[in-house]
Amino acid sequence: MPGAMKGYSALALLKGGFNGHKSWPRAWRAPEPKAFYDVVIVGGGGHGLATAYYLAKVHGVRRVAVLEKSWIGGGNTGRNTTIVRSNYRLPQMQTFLELSLKLWEGLSQELNYNLMFSQRGALLLGHSDSDMTRLAELGDSLLTNGIDAKRLSREQVARLVPLLDMSPDARFPVHGGLIQPRGGTARHDAVAWGYARAADALGVDVIQNCEVTGIDIQGGKTVGVQTTKGAIGADRVAICVAGDSSTVAAMAGLRLPIESHMLQAFVSEPVKPMINTVIMSRSIHCYISQSDKGEIVLGGDPDLYPSYSKRGIPMRIEEVAGQAIGLVPALSRLRMLRCWSGVTDMSFDGAPIIGKTPVENLYLNGGWCYGGFKATPGSGFVYAHTLATGAPHPANAPFGLERFASGATIDEAASGPQPQSR
Amino acid sequence: MFLIACPHCGPRSQAEFVYERAEEAVAYPDGTPQETLAALYTRANPRDFAWELWRHAYGCRGWIRMRRHRTTHEIAEIEAVGARL
Amino acid sequence: MIDRDRGIAFTFDGRTYEGYPGDTLASALLAQGVHLMGRSFKYHRPRGVMAAGVEEPNALVGVGTGGRFEPNTRATDLFIYEGLKAVSQNRWPSLGLDIGAANSLIARFIPAGFYYKTFIGPPWLWKIYEHVIRQAAGLGAAPNAAEADAFEHRAAFCDVLVVGSGPAGLAAALAASEAGARVILAEQDIRLGGALLRDPATLDGLSALDWIAEAEARLKTLGARILTRTTAMGYYDHNQLTLIERRVEAGQTPGPGGLAQRLWRVRAGKVVIAAGASERPVLFSNNDRPGVMLAQAARSYRRRFGVLPGRRAIIATNNDDAYRTALDLAEAGAEIVAILDSRPLADSPICQAARAKFRAHLDARLVAALGSKRVNGATAVVAGRTISVEGDLIAVSGGFTPLVHLHMQAGGALDWNDAGGAFTPGAGRQGQISAGAAARREGLSEVLADGARAGGEAASALGFRSGTAREAPIAATAFDAPHHTLARFETAPGVNLKTAFVDTQNDVTAADIDLAWREGYRSVEHLKRYTTLGMATDQGKSSNILGLARLAAAEGRTVPEVGLTTFRPPFTPVTLGALAGEATGADMAPLRRTPLFSVHAALSPPWQPVGYWQRPRAYPRPGESLAAAGLREALCVRQSVGMTDISTLGKFEIVGPDAAAFLARICATPVAKLAVGRGRYTFMLREDGMVVDDGTLWRLDEHRYLLTSSTGGADRMPALLSYVRHILDPGLKVAFASVQERWGAVAVAGPGAAAVVRSLGLEPPAHMGLTRGSVDAGQVLVLAASYSGERAFEIYAPAHELTDLWRRLDTAITSEGGTTYGLEALELLRIEKGHIETGAEIDGRRTPGDLDLQRMLRGKGGYVGAPALARPALTDPQRLRFVGLEAVSGAPIPEGAMLLTKAAGRPHGHVTSAGLRLDGSGAGIALSLLKAGPERLGETLIAASPSRGRNVLVRVVSPVFHDPEGTRYRE
Repeated sequence: MPGAMKGYSALALLKGGFNGHKSWPRAWRAPEPKAFYDVVIVGGGGHGLATAYYLAKVHGVRRVAVLEKSWIGGGNTGRNTTIVRSNYRLPQMQTFLELSLKLWEGLSQELNYNLMFSQRGALLLGHSDSDMTRLAELGDSLLTNGIDAKRLSREQVARLVPLLDMSPDARFPVHGGLIQPRGGTARHDAVAWGYARAADALGVDVIQNCEVTGIDIQGGKTVGVQTTKGAIGADRVAICVAGDSSTVAAMAGLRLPIESHMLQAFVSEPVKPMINTVIMSRSIHCYISQSDKGEIVLGGDPDLYPSYSKRGIPMRIEEVAGQAIGLVPALSRLRMLRCWSGVTDMSFDGAPIIGKTPVENLYLNGGWCYGGFKATPGSGFVYAHTLATGAPHPANAPFGLERFASGATIDEAASGPQPQSR
Repeated sequence: MFLIACPHCGPRSQAEFVYERAEEAVAYPDGTPQETLAALYTRANPRDFAWELWRHAYGCRGWIRMRRHRTTHEIAEIEAVGARL
Repeated sequence: MIDRDRGIAFTFDGRTYEGYPGDTLASALLAQGVHLMGRSFKYHRPRGVMAAGVEEPNALVGVGTGGRFEPNTRATDLFIYEGLKAVSQNRWPSLGLDIGAANSLIARFIPAGFYYKTFIGPPWLWKIYEHVIRQAAGLGAAPNAAEADAFEHRAAFCDVLVVGSGPAGLAAALAASEAGARVILAEQDIRLGGALLRDPATLDGLSALDWIAEAEARLKTLGARILTRTTAMGYYDHNQLTLIERRVEAGQTPGPGGLAQRLWRVRAGKVVIAAGASERPVLFSNNDRPGVMLAQAARSYRRRFGVLPGRRAIIATNNDDAYRTALDLAEAGAEIVAILDSRPLADSPICQAARAKFRAHLDARLVAALGSKRVNGATAVVAGRTISVEGDLIAVSGGFTPLVHLHMQAGGALDWNDAGGAFTPGAGRQGQISAGAAARREGLSEVLADGARAGGEAASALGFRSGTAREAPIAATAFDAPHHTLARFETAPGVNLKTAFVDTQNDVTAADIDLAWREGYRSVEHLKRYTTLGMATDQGKSSNILGLARLAAAEGRTVPEVGLTTFRPPFTPVTLGALAGEATGADMAPLRRTPLFSVHAALSPPWQPVGYWQRPRAYPRPGESLAAAGLREALCVRQSVGMTDISTLGKFEIVGPDAAAFLARICATPVAKLAVGRGRYTFMLREDGMVVDDGTLWRLDEHRYLLTSSTGGADRMPALLSYVRHILDPGLKVAFASVQERWGAVAVAGPGAAAVVRSLGLEPPAHMGLTRGSVDAGQVLVLAASYSGERAFEIYAPAHELTDLWRRLDTAITSEGGTTYGLEALELLRIEKGHIETGAEIDGRRTPGDLDLQRMLRGKGGYVGAPALARPALTDPQRLRFVGLEAVSGAPIPEGAMLLTKAAGRPHGHVTSAGLRLDGSGAGIALSLLKAGPERLGETLIAASPSRGRNVLVRVVSPVFHDPEGTRYRE
């Protein structure tokens, strides 16, 4: 039986201070797998753990296992630039990501785990009058769909980010921007840990170092999985392994509209606060924020060739550094401290896939490209709904695998049936 | 960055090349809708070797077919494809 | 190695000090008796120098001023220069008296990960907490000025790249060079020698310094490139490495040219990694106090920098090498208070020599350092008994960690050496060969031989004759033997785990690691992320193994079972400026200019970026607004004539007997029946059936076509053309070339256009016809195509002759009462005529049907995108489809506005292009994409722009406002 979750609070921490912090229990148990679960979730990233949590919390499905081949949160959950926002252009993306953003807003309290969700704003820069018109269109689209957005003048942008290069002669001069004030960042690892702890408290088995090696299908129906810890039976098997979706889906004989590409990111050495919002630009494909620890967090375009190597090309990092300095010249003497890459599930319209597969009782959540982190709570919420009820939640109904054959693709970047850079 | 032995130009930096698509992803305009959808929207996407089409976009502009390992990045086979330049 | 003839003045926290050439900031300050150099990240504990190189976690300073200010600079890796200004960090009001040190008092309440457990209030409260946390976090001050100096990138190629110029690296470089290989030798220090600068030896009968000088001279003679102050930061695929060469020190003003740093992109045949090893600290209470120093670092300060880091030294070790520190310090006049050796047995000659002189204890382990801003003693347990000793220096050696970073970055495997407590390089995957201390070779002769072997192997693997390889140098040194390390990672009884620092910079203690383990953060990555172990600016160089070992002990497993976090570039932190090189600021992206750029620039028009191009938006008269100028120019085109630069359009020439068959793949419209000398409108699809671009197709000759596309499309089209040519239809007899920059082009439009063309001596072709001719002996091509809705011509001329043509046209136009016009007018004309545009209506998500192009599709298919069009969702009548809008009140319609049926409703579509009627009414019109648009003509909608606070009532109409019969352009 799972132990009761000990509350985290300032008072509890104070008590811990007097007993050498000896009484903190494990944040989540380390159970051995049982023979059978109602739902087996393959993949212990943020999405899989969130799915387990909402299955137990919202739908009362408590015989749930999350199988993680390595350590939870070790895939793209722990490798992104931690940006959270819902300022997309297409209504399907807006509806889904706004559902997610609303969940983010109460999540630290709900999970009793400080995710350091920081609504410092997500700022898109405009570099010409026509950029500003496109940003106005985005803002109009968001506002008419009930999502926050604010058009900022050049002067307002300069006040918000005093270190931006505001020179009219800049290669991409800043004309203004569009900010989503409710956007921001969160502590990525904490999302996995917080969901794991909360799911565990509801009875979910979070099983690490348990790699799925096969999917058992009998008479066209999924009945369980083979793992490095033995066979596990299940009513429903939920794939949730973005980055590796093709590999796991192949165990059930499926071929997906996904290629795995590398996305790199890096952080600088920590310094005192210098950038207080998330900066993005459509002309310059880099994004900049500063972590609570003081590191400047930078990302850009993916490497754009298939790879599972987790080793990116240096050229991309150099390009992002140049773009970042171009926007914020004072970054030049900061030093890159760590650089890493993640394997992203690049879907062929740029949108995620959440729903049923052609194999009965086998479900898929993947294809996140490089936008999965912000969607974590929403993804778990709608995937849990789909798994519990057998039908999609309205917010993920458009994101089924069948959309590629039907033509109802969700092409936010408008760049067609290829892994996309934006 | 890879060192790609362009069959026309010799070994050149990856910076000169563009990954175009997996070889299995060629959709012919005269194909059936089923063939087209399979080519456009399904991939084996293996973790090991796969045949890929690359283009020497910032060099001779020729097309290259290569068998490349998607984890180690070893290029095991490489050859020119397409029309004669 | 320090030049005492000349002093160098520098400041630290505003106080002036003097050092000497060859000094690091750390050595110069130590020589002045300054031991307190920094404060830690979390508890603000006083910190001194721990190391003598790049692994330093504590002594971090801010250096330089303005656009040269570099925070978090290691004092041990900063060679002083005249005028150096350094300031301590993360303290207020001063380094000596730091209010933040109060955090030490509440340390028990803020263990690892405390922030995950608290501040869980409502979001607004977290905002306040976060503000405080952010101010407290961060190490150095944030830079606030733009870069003062230059950075550049260079590429290089070599047979053998040798990383590190210690004894192994030099031996390797010599062996490879002598065999005939082209060698690059990279050394991160300011001079060659590595460990030879620290430990005296005789090599080939020469003193170490003379031997280094001779080796350097020999390498240069053999053509090797020697790069000092150059760090190999990353080992990437296919033996490409990035090196960072520091041309000046942090904060220092460069010489002429202003070059601060250079990034080398080196492609090597083989790479000898002779990066050495770094010494590990030891876990005991207050092991972070100023005066606790690595044993080899203490020796470096004494030998290389001529600074005695303490007068009364306590040596704590688990190996023989630290005995050498004892002997060296004693030789310089220090008292060796005690040698505390954790091993049960130590009987090498060096141990015996030291024991003869000093009090040395076996089975002896430190419990605590005493003193606060400087150590004044220590307690230890010796065979179960506690002793106290006094001293002002604790030189520690917890064993050695080979620097396997590059090996691992290159995909190499690691082996584990249990006695040494060290990961060593295992099987390589690329061209890497580790040598010397980086391969856990110990003892100078062994290291030299290993280096020579590695250099020879590298050369012979590349086909150079190893027969000519040179013998390894012969070394003579007092203690030429392995270190006999016996790694023991558990702490001594009595150690206060809350002040036993594993990661000093991030203040991660042994207690923090234990707490993380108890709470279940037991994977090495969870441990790292939960406690921040190894995530400080030293990247865990000294802390990693200690942390792993503690985790392994808790788990009851071995260190290799627990595993290691992955090493990724950079080896040491690298400035973003160096990464960017020249490609930032104005050179961040290319800037493309049309052949008429200087003609336009002379008129100082407002520019519009279009991709990388710059195009004039209008040519305002003095005092005239942009909008007014655009309107005037557009009206002038409608009423008389105008001309505009359209050189940026995509232009492709397709030649060959199979050109038509080739174009039939590209174009979704009929191609075959196009007569020579005629053109027609066309559009292209993406493979998913979406319209990707439009343009015109012209048949110049039997087997020669010209295809135009949008400016943006010009960058996409070559890939499509090439794909069809080489992959879909490689058998076709056809060739194509982009002639976008070969040909410039000017559009002449308006009722007077034909007269203007005639005035050049050219016969105006009929609509969608073409003529060839010459103007002033220059060849031109005239195409009769209209974008504006007026009679219009596109005149193409070679790019270098376009300026002359433009001037001739300008004269002709002016005499007709016409004008030059820019993009604003082009847009107004296009919108009123209802022409779709790539980037507006052609937004990448539209089928031909959506854009009312269905009837132009080639029925037989066979073009790219045809099969995908059969999908059901692409024929859904509820799709967004192309229609026109007119403002009910005549007011301007906001471009980008959403189309609503009621005020609070969800959008049914949006305004893609907004313009005005040019019929004198000036009424607001627009093009739009609207759900089921063509079925809703006459419906009234709200064009809502809440982001701009504007709502306009609009009526859905046909998109063609101007001359719907299409008579004007045919005249």
